[in-house]
Amino acid sequence: MSSESMIAAIYVFALAAFLGYQVISRVPPLLHTPLMSATNAISGISLVGSIVIAGGTGPHHSKVAMVLGFIAVVCSTTNVVGGFVITDRMLRMFKRKK
Amino acid sequence: MNLQIYFIEFSYLLASVLFILGLKGLSHPETAKRGMHLAEFGMMMAIIGTLMHFEIVSYTWIIVGLLVGSTLGLAMGVWVPMTAMPQRTALSHAFGAFAAALVGIAEYYSYTHGFKPLAELGHVKMGAMGFEIMLGSLTTTGSLIAFGKLQGIVPGKPLVYRGQNIFNMTLLAVTIGLFIYLIFVPTAVIPFYVMLTLAFLFGILLVLPIGSADMPVVMSLLNSYAGLASAATGFVLNNKVLIIAGTLDGFSGFILSILMCRAMNRSITNVLFGAFGSAAPVVGIEGQQGEMREVSLDDIAVQLAYANKVVFVPGYGLATAQAQHAVRELASVLERRGVTVKYGIHPVAGRMPGHMNVLLAEANVPYSQLYELEQINPEFPTTDVAMVIGANDVVNPDARDNPNSPIAGMPILEVDHAKSVVVLKRGQGKGFSGLENPLFFKPVTGMLYGDAKDTLTKLVGAVQHV
Repeated sequence: MSSESMIAAIYVFALAAFLGYQVISRVPPLLHTPLMSATNAISGISLVGSIVIAGGTGPHHSKVAMVLGFIAVVCSTTNVVGGFVITDRMLRMFKRKK
Repeated sequence: MNLQIYFIEFSYLLASVLFILGLKGLSHPETAKRGMHLAEFGMMMAIIGTLMHFEIVSYTWIIVGLLVGSTLGLAMGVWVPMTAMPQRTALSHAFGAFAAALVGIAEYYSYTHGFKPLAELGHVKMGAMGFEIMLGSLTTTGSLIAFGKLQGIVPGKPLVYRGQNIFNMTLLAVTIGLFIYLIFVPTAVIPFYVMLTLAFLFGILLVLPIGSADMPVVMSLLNSYAGLASAATGFVLNNKVLIIAGTLDGFSGFILSILMCRAMNRSITNVLFGAFGSAAPVVGIEGQQGEMREVSLDDIAVQLAYANKVVFVPGYGLATAQAQHAVRELASVLERRGVTVKYGIHPVAGRMPGHMNVLLAEANVPYSQLYELEQINPEFPTTDVAMVIGANDVVNPDARDNPNSPIAGMPILEVDHAKSVVVLKRGQGKGFSGLENPLFFKPVTGMLYGDAKDTLTKLVGAVQHV
């Protein structure tokens, strides 16, 4: 990782942190459980990293890395699918009036 | 750059924007569903984009992994009951963190075993990787212990021994020491695996001493760590969408931790290292304790039936008794008689942030009846009956009145200001924190012992016959 791309990455991190603070502090306590499962599902995006490793990229790729990548794909996919399904299920229950 | 890379990067940018819009939707229950659909669409685009990656050699394991994960996720998503939401969430923190740790380990392995040019493994990259692996592994085991405690596999009581904090601190210091050493000497393979093992161990030891009542804070903190581990993965792989999503998750957990701590008037350090409720000597106000007044079901039924306003205050006991539907039924019967029904929700009631709201929503309680602490407290003086269901510390007046109490200063639901208080409790024992609750001894308070679901169901019948 070159120092330029590192600096760019830190910029992204700082801005995301700021934005995250702004957006998430507006979520009412009513929806804190769905918030947790939604952010969980969203951070399951690490799936994209796991996919590339499980697919064995590069001219030389290691079997060990591929196995680890495979387990990571399973874990992240479980989070993505489970997280979104459960968030949807919870949000459908919140009704204003009977 | 060829077209493919543009497409991948575009899918990531789109996903990032949609994730933020999705979370923004959560600021109101009406917009939340649409927000989540946006986020889901973003996720799908990012995954499709990634599958286009030109370096991928074989799709076999990817597809098998996606299928297995989707099946597990779907099964979990559809069948996990709302009462088990804290356990499920703890488990998903473990999964997320484990995935981050594995990606880090795989990368490190590839660099140190000649699959990737070692020269690329600089100090900066090693720093990000070490952070990812350390945080990922300790969150994995920590979340598994939290899961165990919530599921009842691991004892919920804090596990403490002498010198625990010193031992844990030393362990953490050694782990961080190894991490710093690795930044300077990335090729030190043995220190790497020692660090990995210690981080896994530290996660276990960090959560074991924390009592069940502090779970909302622990859950939020683990949420934060899992997110930050994902963000660190983004640094390692130089992937912006990963940094953004991980940071959003990390900060969400962080904000929730702060809110939960504030709702208990404690600091995060105190929660992590205080082993709350283990052996703290209880300093009560002398002479205040009298007799608890047990009341009969029929008396309460009459009181409820002729009340103008009833406020229900649920706690974790509501979840363990699965009494959310029963309370809703009682509320309906009362409403049909013209009684105004409201619910007062303390931020740390239950085992995770927002736990009670979800349970009550599941039982079809409209969210317009769910009130936060600041909204409901001014209403207690005009409340005829405040019914506490399986809650204890969040209604303990000692927090307000007794500066020597271990929970002094914690904001409480001031049910004791109501004209009458009914406490539904399993038995005469103390709450999770082991504190005596003066509320139970107040003249205004009546105790109804028994299983909450059972009692509430009987009350429904009794009110109908009034």
